Amino acid sequence: MSAAIDLESLTLDNGGHLLVRRALGTLRPGERLTVRGAHPELPLQLGAWARSRGHRVDHEAPAPTDGRPVTVLVKGAAEELRWSGARRAGRADRADPHADPRWGLAARGALVEEGGPALDVAWVDRDLVWADVAPTLYARAAASQWDPATAVDWAVPDALPTDIEDAVVQVMTYLVENEQAALMIPARMLANLHPHYREVMQLLASQVADEARHVEVFTRRALLHRERPGTSGAGGRASLQTLLGEPDFTLASFLLSVLGEGTFVDLLGFLHHHAPDPVTAGITRLAARDEARHVAFGVAHTAHVTRSDPAFLGRLRQAVERRHDALRDTAGLNQEVYDSLVLLAAGSWEPAAIRRGWDAVQELQRQMDDGRRRRLHAIGFPDDESAELSALHTRNFM
Amino acid sequence: MKTLLLGAVAYDPKTVTIWEGFRRWLRARDCDLDFVLYAHYERQAEDLLAGRIDVAWHSPLAWVRSRRLADADGTALTAVTMRDTDRDLTTAVVVRADSPLTSVTDLAGRTVAVGAVDSPQATLLPLSLLRSAGLEPDTDVKVLRHDTGVGLHGDHIGGERDAAIALRDGRADAACMTDSNLLLFRQEGTLPAAATRVLAHTDRYDHCVMAAGPSADPAALDHLTGLLLDMSYADAEARPLLDLEGLTRWLPGRTDRYDALEKAVDEAGFYDRRGGVSVRGYRP
Repeated sequence: MSAAIDLESLTLDNGGHLLVRRALGTLRPGERLTVRGAHPELPLQLGAWARSRGHRVDHEAPAPTDGRPVTVLVKGAAEELRWSGARRAGRADRADPHADPRWGLAARGALVEEGGPALDVAWVDRDLVWADVAPTLYARAAASQWDPATAVDWAVPDALPTDIEDAVVQVMTYLVENEQAALMIPARMLANLHPHYREVMQLLASQVADEARHVEVFTRRALLHRERPGTSGAGGRASLQTLLGEPDFTLASFLLSVLGEGTFVDLLGFLHHHAPDPVTAGITRLAARDEARHVAFGVAHTAHVTRSDPAFLGRLRQAVERRHDALRDTAGLNQEVYDSLVLLAAGSWEPAAIRRGWDAVQELQRQMDDGRRRRLHAIGFPDDESAELSALHTRNFM
Repeated sequence: MKTLLLGAVAYDPKTVTIWEGFRRWLRARDCDLDFVLYAHYERQAEDLLAGRIDVAWHSPLAWVRSRRLADADGTALTAVTMRDTDRDLTTAVVVRADSPLTSVTDLAGRTVAVGAVDSPQATLLPLSLLRSAGLEPDTDVKVLRHDTGVGLHGDHIGGERDAAIALRDGRADAACMTDSNLLLFRQEGTLPAAATRVLAHTDRYDHCVMAAGPSADPAALDHLTGLLLDMSYADAEARPLLDLEGLTRWLPGRTDRYDALEKAVDEAGFYDRRGGVSVRGYRP
């Protein structure tokens, strides 16, 4: 087979090579393409272009009869050979059970040229990272992003009583360090996840963005009337450090989202309810909504794993026990934070108010425990074991 | 099988990647290749004949010199392989599109930008083209040389790019460059679109070649040659190396397209007949 094209006034330095390449694409190696054109330098350009791409010019071809330059190219095999070992990166419409690291960063379903560096990621098996609800949760997350500058009315309200403001600042300081941990953990999971599991990658990315906003708004509230934030207890930081040290995707998701963020949703609800000012009420409401999505993925993913491998419940249990043992000799929740929660719920230093505040924090902890037990049950633990594991959860809440 | 020691010139840091890669690929196929990198082609050409290396990845000018050294020595030199991209190059003499020049002889009294003193493609061959039109370089035309990477025989693209820029900026009336670099400079914008035209071009010539010297073990050389000729662009391990070295397949070496360069070398007095360096001011 042979073919012919006319480039008219086009040359290879203004796009003519696209037409030549397209025409060669219809031929097999060894077949000929006759290229005509009006520009006198076309044969020179075609010679250079063809040589660099493994084609050749037939210099024995008959001379043109119409006075216009004509070049006969003989198609080389390079293009076919380049793609001869190419494979699809799975199917576009579904996540494969195993993602080949050699697919690299290629789009799901793309035709991947053989060669190139393999992706250095640990999480390449669907069932170790997946939850069927991930696409829905991502869509919800994308639709629910909010702008800290406009979603909150930052107009400085009347100053609160000094001690109440101090309590808000201390709680915000605590929230920031917890949110920073909650940002770094999914960021680490992301960095080790094969992007073939696109919906999980997108969801984790939105989770990171959520936490970045939370860090921003809690910091901004802490410094609304103060020049400095409050204190950071060693025990709280030790508790968060154990989360950062968990290398397994599912165990990290379980400890952070199912237990930690799940508990935090209750805490944020408590703060919203007892907030002494509209800014605190607004930002805790917005953050709680985001955290609920994170918890939903953590629960769905952990349940996905335990459904396909019920023995994994044992590893989840060990992870809770291991963390509890690691934190046995630490103080847990910063006393300043606990006292601040009591004062915020009390609203004043009146003894009767403090009693109410104390009771409210006790009730909060019961709610947190109930929630953890429900989620543990949902992922497959029997009731008694759920209660036992919930009781081992860190005193630092997250 | 005996080890073959190959010489190559380090015209760019990528030569390390290329030859380490080829060495790894060949050794996996029982071809024991080692390599040394040279700072310039003259020592490589001398060492090939002296038997300090067995095989040399040669520029066309290094081939000419080695051939002359071999003839003077009464020894043989073999052209082993060359890249598909080493065949049938041309060099263009380019002028600005609005230039009044219409033929090579119009360059009399004008300034012609060329590459480095030792560039076959951007200096020696196009200046020979001028001579064949009756113009003696440095007498009838002013030669504006761009000595980037002297000793690399024009492997460094900088000389040709500087010549193109000299033309573009009006410091020269014409510039000499290979057909592929002309296309590249226009596509990348070094030469603005439609701002230049080709005044003349050389006949087709061949470029680099892998040359085997007298010390190469024949069986090892046959094995190396066979493996290179079989190296496929479909091989995902070899393809990045082929891309880096700028070829899609190795072809048998051919030596019948170096006549124009032999003539240009004689005209310029670059090497003498015995392969000695005779050009003045050349300090690789």
